[in-house]
Amino acid sequence: MLQGVSIVREKKLEIIAELQASVLRLEGVKSFNNTDLDFKLSPLKEAFPHHTFPLGCLHEFLSERAEDKSATTGFISGLLATLMGTSGAALWISSSRTLFPPALKNFGIGPDRLIFIDLQNERDVLWALDEALKCSAITAVIGEMKEIDFNISRRLQLAVEQSQVTGFIVRNQYRQLNSTACAARWKITSLPSETIGGLPGIGFPKWRVELLKARNGKPGVWNVSWINGSFQFANETISTSVKDSDLSYSFSNFKKAG
Amino acid sequence: MEKRFVSIWFRHLSTDWFTLRQPSLKSVPFVLRASSHGRMMITATNHAAEMSGLGKGMVLADARAIVPELVVMDDQPDLIEKLLKRIAEWCIRFTPSVAIDFPDGLILDATGCSHLWGDDASYLTFIIKKLTDRGYDVRASIADTIGVAWGVARFGNEPFVVATNKHVNALMALPPEALRLETTVVERLHKLGLHQIKQFIDIPRSSLRRRFGPHFTMRLEAAIGHEIEVIEPIQPLEPYQERLPCLDPIVTVTGIEMALQQLLRKLCLRLQHDQKGVRTAVFKGYRVDGKIEKIKIGTNRPSHHVLHLFKLFETKISTIEPALGIELFILEAPHVEDYFPQQEKMWEGSGGLEDVRLSELIDRLACRVGMQSIHRYVPDEHYWPERSFKPAVDLNQQLTSAWQKSNSRPLHILSIPQRIEGMATLPDYPPKQFVYRGKIHNIIKADGPERIEQEWWLQQGQHRDYYRVEDDEGHRYWLFRLGHYHDKNYQWFIHGFFA
Repeated sequence: MLQGVSIVREKKLEIIAELQASVLRLEGVKSFNNTDLDFKLSPLKEAFPHHTFPLGCLHEFLSERAEDKSATTGFISGLLATLMGTSGAALWISSSRTLFPPALKNFGIGPDRLIFIDLQNERDVLWALDEALKCSAITAVIGEMKEIDFNISRRLQLAVEQSQVTGFIVRNQYRQLNSTACAARWKITSLPSETIGGLPGIGFPKWRVELLKARNGKPGVWNVSWINGSFQFANETISTSVKDSDLSYSFSNFKKAG
Repeated sequence: MEKRFVSIWFRHLSTDWFTLRQPSLKSVPFVLRASSHGRMMITATNHAAEMSGLGKGMVLADARAIVPELVVMDDQPDLIEKLLKRIAEWCIRFTPSVAIDFPDGLILDATGCSHLWGDDASYLTFIIKKLTDRGYDVRASIADTIGVAWGVARFGNEPFVVATNKHVNALMALPPEALRLETTVVERLHKLGLHQIKQFIDIPRSSLRRRFGPHFTMRLEAAIGHEIEVIEPIQPLEPYQERLPCLDPIVTVTGIEMALQQLLRKLCLRLQHDQKGVRTAVFKGYRVDGKIEKIKIGTNRPSHHVLHLFKLFETKISTIEPALGIELFILEAPHVEDYFPQQEKMWEGSGGLEDVRLSELIDRLACRVGMQSIHRYVPDEHYWPERSFKPAVDLNQQLTSAWQKSNSRPLHILSIPQRIEGMATLPDYPPKQFVYRGKIHNIIKADGPERIEQEWWLQQGQHRDYYRVEDDEGHRYWLFRLGHYHDKNYQWFIHGFFA
């Protein structure tokens, strides 16, 4: 009798899992088996539906100052290295690029596999971004633009759902924090670096990675270092839920925007 | 198609050129001289000098005796060559095929060109007028063969337009010199009383060849048109060219697009057959009023994909101004490369830099924003940060040296280092604090210095001592001191931001 109940329950769970998967598929999340990336981002992936880092969608990164921008691109470069593997190519579209290509080598990316599109204004950036995100031959597109409104983000999101390209939008010195159709909104800030054994000098890059919004996921905060070509998550500060202070921070930002 | 040729004869090419630079020479007798066999000989004369009885090949002393007020200048050895080349290039506006006819003329293959100026007569008058306006004394003629055009331009009288199929008639009254023969042959012909071509044109060729040599009959046959004479155009004709003449002038965008599609289909079919792909293509529209509208595209990888090439052109079609209409479309592929379709199959779907879809995307972007906005970098062997990388030529360029892997380069760099107020406690120590954009940064951790010297063979200046520093907020910067601490005139700069 008891056995029968458990079988029914198992079946129910199976059906629910199947339905969840199909709902996600309808929402545009198509890739569930990016094991390579998930392996390297193990604590981070828990925040996303299906415990998998969403690819083939848009990620939005907020940064306020030049220092934050380099922390943000550092984190993106780390992701990009895994995404691109040994043969992928990526596009970097910007109207105010300050990226120093040789430095990408430190993040495990051959800088010659990136193509930089340096444009005059944001309108061209948007156009190029739209074109590039439709091209499934590239692994990822990084676009630097201050403002992106909901309709545009929706259009770009639809484009990547077709082509399965991952888009990273870096919003440096944004004016308005509006809602967008991006799958995730991140904010990366620098943390004091750590050296092994407290040696003097500067250690490995360390960031505070805040996932402010995640579609169907749980926002969270992590302290992440980039050590010898891979992400290292600081165990003591892992938190899968947003602390009160972080919430108030992001809410205050929304209020400002409103 | 009936061939038509224009022969242009510059009667005083080099003296005209001197006159253009010195207008006062126009009305005075003026000759150019060069030494030959120990004597000063006249190499060119102007019209006034010719009137006084001077001619090319006279000894200068004799000429001076005839015309005491003669103006003499030194000839430049390769002047004529240079002038003819320059004028020939300019003449491409009249026909794509222009050849230099040494030593004093040009030959234009005018086949199918004159209708753009109305008819042969207005075409020829236009050419003569344009050249005369530029200050050259020219005579020109148009005929079915090069030989007749050449002869009529130099020895004929009006009309200089020899009608189609009437070139043999025009040849009749000309002297034998008009056949471009060696002087000895011409002299012998005159000695025999053959002063006009009609006197010997009907003599059997075999006996003419026996008496005057094969060169003579060849010239005669070429002038009549029995033998084909080829000219060597200064600009080679594009082997991959498609033309589409229109019955009615085209003025609408739809019409232009249709013409382009038709030409692209024809060209791509040929290219496919020859296993070639377009790298650059030019689409030209010849307007009724004589102007040429041109749009040009380039690709990063050879392509004979009609749809892709059309997309590239499509964005530029709006720049074509048809005005009163376009009557001839030409699509040229000046730069083609070998292209093997099996490669496409192999790479398709693999992603990465070799993918055809990526190069097509880059083409589309380049078409709108220009190739100068699209960069790919390869390492360059310099330590100076700004020179440590260089732009790649194309998507396929392979690395010749490896990228330097070093943690000491920042992810973001300022294109021009900015001056900051830095304060170091000890010589050659990193600064204790610095002010950047009005904010004081207290430095907690630092690495360095890393001295990078100027590459003296490229640029002069002081060396840079780079420090990696981290402030109390955890931000990491790349600073440098220009010059020695002890020199007292050192300066601090911020150059980049670490991740």
